Amino acid sequence: MKKKITPYLLVSPYIIHFLVFVAFPVGFSIYLTFNDWNIISPMEFIGLGNYKRLFNDPIFWKSLSNTLIFLLIHIPLQIIVALFLAEMLNQKIKFRGFFRAAFFLPVIVSGVVVTILWQQLYGFDTGLLNRLLVKLGLIKIGWLTDPSWAMPSIAVMATWKNVGLYTVLFLVGLQTVPPQYYEAADLEGATHFQKFFRITLPMINPTIFMVVVLSTIGGFSLFIEPYVMTGGGPLNSTISAVLYIYKQGFFYYHMGYATTLGLFFALLILSVVMIQKKFVEKDK
Amino acid sequence: MKKLILYISLTTGAILFLYPFIWMVSASLAPESEIGNLIFLPSQISFGSYFQMFDKIPIGKAFVNSMIVACAVTFGVLVFGSMVGYALSRLEFKGRNLIFYIVIFTMTLPFQITLIPQYILIVKFGWVDSYAALIVPYLMNALAIIMFRQYFKTIPQDLIDAARIDGCGELRIIFGILWPNSIPALVTVAMITFMASWNEVLWPLIVIRDENLMTMPQLVTLFAVGGRAESQLGVKLAAATMLALPIIIAYTFFQKYFIQSMASSGIKE
Repeated sequence: MKKKITPYLLVSPYIIHFLVFVAFPVGFSIYLTFNDWNIISPMEFIGLGNYKRLFNDPIFWKSLSNTLIFLLIHIPLQIIVALFLAEMLNQKIKFRGFFRAAFFLPVIVSGVVVTILWQQLYGFDTGLLNRLLVKLGLIKIGWLTDPSWAMPSIAVMATWKNVGLYTVLFLVGLQTVPPQYYEAADLEGATHFQKFFRITLPMINPTIFMVVVLSTIGGFSLFIEPYVMTGGGPLNSTISAVLYIYKQGFFYYHMGYATTLGLFFALLILSVVMIQKKFVEKDK
Repeated sequence: MKKLILYISLTTGAILFLYPFIWMVSASLAPESEIGNLIFLPSQISFGSYFQMFDKIPIGKAFVNSMIVACAVTFGVLVFGSMVGYALSRLEFKGRNLIFYIVIFTMTLPFQITLIPQYILIVKFGWVDSYAALIVPYLMNALAIIMFRQYFKTIPQDLIDAARIDGCGELRIIFGILWPNSIPALVTVAMITFMASWNEVLWPLIVIRDENLMTMPQLVTLFAVGGRAESQLGVKLAAATMLALPIIIAYTFFQKYFIQSMASSGIKE
């Protein structure tokens, strides 16, 4: 008898935690999307009101297109730079450990620190980048103050922060490619580029998929960077999905609407990831 | 020649990733008037920015808060994670598969959906402005459970059987037999969990308003955004340095483990 209940005792803390902090919130959030609530006054049932509002909310669409801009720059840049760095690390070199550790450093440091540093770099008058541009005889760019530059600037910064992790993942992927493949290609007289596109790239396809998925999730989770750097501005050009949820929930206390946004973005993430998975599997 | 180009590119890359941090530390130690033109090292070292920062915000307190929260969360994730991981990998019971699917479900669930309801729970529990709000929701981690489950599967059954014959209970088996044989898994889970907790900033921003209970990233964020740094760059950078330093110091000693841990989990932050 005792033996039979032991497993349940072992998993019971997890089950309780799951019910309270995962199952209940998911159920409650679906219920909340049909209500208007500021936590203090009684909840008011408004049917599909939040959903109607969502589709007519220009800032919601703006946050979606901002995320898209972010991903369109971030994902390709990330893959190219990470692959390039991983290729270099995969050569016979000295101090590989040092270089790898250097590329990886921004990954482990808090996003708050990285954001504060890049804010200085992007500064309009005193920032290093603009000082460089002026030295070269060019005009200053409003990296964070020009609506068309702000989101790309954040995407580049996010790439700098995360690329070390993906470099290491690619390095692991590159090392799983059997050396015989390259030797055979050498015998056939293949060029470096041919080897890369015909052997390396197909072999590390699973890693590329992982990078795309993680970056997509990262794009929809973007928060602290615009929160610190721009507050979502200028002209809402950097308002991200999570920053908008945060503003609706904890600035205006529109709990029902903020939850609707959260539900919508969560479903979007799940479907994008699923589509990407299908796409990669078909490719094989 | 080819080698030379390779090393030059690698070094340029390394500088690109390291320089901002070097600049941050030396600018935080420079007199305020020098920061604008600082390239590498200040002409003299001044701790003025640090004194001002300590004067303006309870950064020491925030360090202690961050430590308490990250340690408690890490401890909880190790203990509960290995309990569930053990049950899922080594015990037969009805509903085992169901629980495994629940764990997988939790892992793929985007946090955007639970953020607001979790905050409402914290309000209803009366946990706003308490350590409990920062610790309890994070005590379980699906990824940790999966990693323990995988690792415990590789441990020989004989070891567990021998312990049973000696009359060990299941808890003794987990913490007395499996733990000493699972150091790599424990290190990996502990590192990822501690770092994620240390760097977490959105959740503290939501549930903590009392400055004395704030964690370091939260305090530094509000300081940088809220204008209390009075656009004194040095003070802001001193705060950023304080936030980055503990992790960077740990990283210089254990970088291999950091990189392996993060790569094996494929997660970030």
